[in-house]
Amino acid sequence: MDLSYGEDHTLLSESIARFIQNDYDFETRSRIAASDLGFDPTVWQQFADLGWLAIPFSEDEGGLGADPVSVMILMEQFGRGLVLEPYVPSILLGGRLIASMGGAEQRSRYLGDLIEGKIQLAFGHGEPGGRYALAHVATRAEGGAGGFTLSGHKAVVHNAEAADFIIVSARGSGEVRAQDGISLFVVPRETPGLTVRPYRTVDGFRAAELVLKGAQVGEDALLGEEGGAYPAIEAVTDRAVAAVCSEAVGVMDLLRETTLEYLKTRQQFGRPLGAFQVLQHRAVDMLIACEEARSLALMATLSLDKSAPERRRAVSAAKAHMGNSGRKVGQEAVQLHGGMGVTDELKVGHYFKRLTMIDTFFGDAAHHLDRFAGDA
Amino acid sequence: MYRTRGEFAADGIGPGNRYGMTASGCGVATLLVRPDCIYISGAVRPDSGAACEGRVVMNIELTSADRAFRDEVRAFLATSLPPDIKRRVENGLELGREDYASWHRILYEKGWVAPGWPVDHGGTGWTHMQRYLYDEESAAASAPRIMPFGVNMVGPVIFTFGNSAQKARYLPRILSGEDWWCQGYSEPGAGSDLANLRTRAERDGDVYVVNGQKTWTTSAHWADHIFCLVRTDPDAAKPQQGISFLLIDMRSSGIEVKPIITIDGGHEVNDVFFEDVRVPVENLVGEENRGWTYAKFLLSFERAGIADVGRSKKQLAGLKRIAAAELSNGRPLSEDDRFREKIASLEIDLLALEYTELRALSRQTSGEEPGTEANILKIRGTEVQQRITELALEAVGTYANPYVPEALKDGWNEEPIGPEYAASVAPRYFNWRKASIYGGSNEIQKGIVAKLVLEL
Repeated sequence: MDLSYGEDHTLLSESIARFIQNDYDFETRSRIAASDLGFDPTVWQQFADLGWLAIPFSEDEGGLGADPVSVMILMEQFGRGLVLEPYVPSILLGGRLIASMGGAEQRSRYLGDLIEGKIQLAFGHGEPGGRYALAHVATRAEGGAGGFTLSGHKAVVHNAEAADFIIVSARGSGEVRAQDGISLFVVPRETPGLTVRPYRTVDGFRAAELVLKGAQVGEDALLGEEGGAYPAIEAVTDRAVAAVCSEAVGVMDLLRETTLEYLKTRQQFGRPLGAFQVLQHRAVDMLIACEEARSLALMATLSLDKSAPERRRAVSAAKAHMGNSGRKVGQEAVQLHGGMGVTDELKVGHYFKRLTMIDTFFGDAAHHLDRFAGDA
Repeated sequence: MYRTRGEFAADGIGPGNRYGMTASGCGVATLLVRPDCIYISGAVRPDSGAACEGRVVMNIELTSADRAFRDEVRAFLATSLPPDIKRRVENGLELGREDYASWHRILYEKGWVAPGWPVDHGGTGWTHMQRYLYDEESAAASAPRIMPFGVNMVGPVIFTFGNSAQKARYLPRILSGEDWWCQGYSEPGAGSDLANLRTRAERDGDVYVVNGQKTWTTSAHWADHIFCLVRTDPDAAKPQQGISFLLIDMRSSGIEVKPIITIDGGHEVNDVFFEDVRVPVENLVGEENRGWTYAKFLLSFERAGIADVGRSKKQLAGLKRIAAAELSNGRPLSEDDRFREKIASLEIDLLALEYTELRALSRQTSGEEPGTEANILKIRGTEVQQRITELALEAVGTYANPYVPEALKDGWNEEPIGPEYAASVAPRYFNWRKASIYGGSNEIQKGIVAKLVLEL
């Protein structure tokens, strides 16, 4: 067992940190958030050129080794920079679904372009009323001559508007919450019968509601076996959940550091806030929350290639803890900044909002606590 | 300033190249590293099949050597831990001095009684991970803990600051278990503010004459010796400066031990009174008035295992057994949604603690100095311990009420009142409130972290 970074990981981490520092400061981020697209295609191309888009893929898939620790490192730095570019929906969800479910022809059709930065993907899965139940798919897929007809409503699909292709889950058979019967389809965004209603999210990202009304896709749109997508969906979303736990660690760290700096500099009653014991202890509680969240994000990352029950348990432990520790650190960062903490001007509030929305990503603390306990 | 993939490609370097292998030569390096570039592009992954001389990249699995060590410890515990002691620990019954002593002797004969000591003083030479595994296996097997006052506290002070006569006289007897020690630190007026201690030691020829009172002294009623912080210079500029570290024979005339009964009804701690106790000057450790330095060293020495993860895992398993046996609305309590979530939440906290400790251990293994993570581990470790006792109390419900101290003694043959496991639950809950108070209260720990880590 070795839980400290090797030299290679340290180099990777420093490299990404340097990019954030030099090319992605908070002003840049704010400008990108206000743009029409909501992310910067030039930055995305830079990610591609630097090989970052290739990190989660194996060499066979045209990638760089699919090392979960490297993804963890990348996401942690993205968290520190509050990076808006759609790495999670496009690469970790869309890309990984095609890589793990698609046939050779599908993989070569999409993955090369994805890794080169030429196309964007999204994953349309969650539905209104489904809450966080991963098998809740009411969207229907009717097989017919030469393809499938899709009908349903997909909720809060990140990166849907920018995506060239959206991976959509739909059911050919079974009850709404049954694991069997779910299939995945690669749906071009311009497909007739697919309506995309885009919006901004509270944390500055872009998402959309998808309405499918008799949207037609060809047979070659089906990923993997018909009706058998659930295990892959669960495995891919678990990897993505572990990754956003690492993103959350970066967000939390930055909030904690910023708050600590404020405690040392802000003077009230003739001394720095940090001289007050009640605030010192709260700063220590924040540190403990960050350290524990980091420990569990690491445990989850290193458990991704274990058996499915071990993987589920580890990922849900990390996500459940992250939901609670993230809320605590986010709220404390705002509180300890006083009135400034609730302003749009200060970056603290933006980090707090990201942290808060990460809790809703594929299951909040309550959902994952339940799943950890063995019942979800 | 960055090298792009295109630029690497122009040099014939692309994904999949075995280029820039790390110095250890381990793993399949698809990392693109050059000494002349700022930027690296790529990822590394462990190559599980590869024989590896150096460091493997980050991984969560035990090495085969560590697994073999764990199996060896497990096998030893299975054959050597006396069944009656194991049963008492498992059932939360009282342990007597003889229980601790006989397990100490068995470990001494095996050579495993002082893993933290240097090998030439009788240590095991184990790695940090081996010590962790040893603690975990001992807890899992329901072995009693080794009383820390000799092996983990005064022993290290003596082999670090003591003279050769003191080392020769005390260390072998600490190891063998012939001498039992207790710790004379706290006083009625010196708890969290330990430097405020007033027990006086005045030089009179070849002896110090000691007068004062120590309190909260665990197992003073069993001990042969006490190591004491005493005030030798009441006029020192700072309270920390006039303190000395003195070894005192508990059989000296003028010492009186009075039990303190704790809220669980048990007797672990005592008041120790000193009235004109004459202590030979050769019992002074190190220099006069430098005792505070040695005391701080002692506090920092025993960091390993401070979170007591192994014992909490064992206790949690016991809690789950109770929850499975108790009924709620005709169903096992363990199937009650709200109780199950409380246990799950606690279990996640314990996992977070475990991996925080393992991370600290990895940092130590790779040569980093231990930082103040011990303070965090103490805070969270004791919070988790207390939470387990709290949920056990909730689980047994009304059968927390009967107070039958005899039921906690081995050999009590009467019919238990309520379920057998219930007898120790409430006493344990009450007793365990001590954990966030002793060894530097959790508030003191937070103060240390705020000062030393956060620099507030």
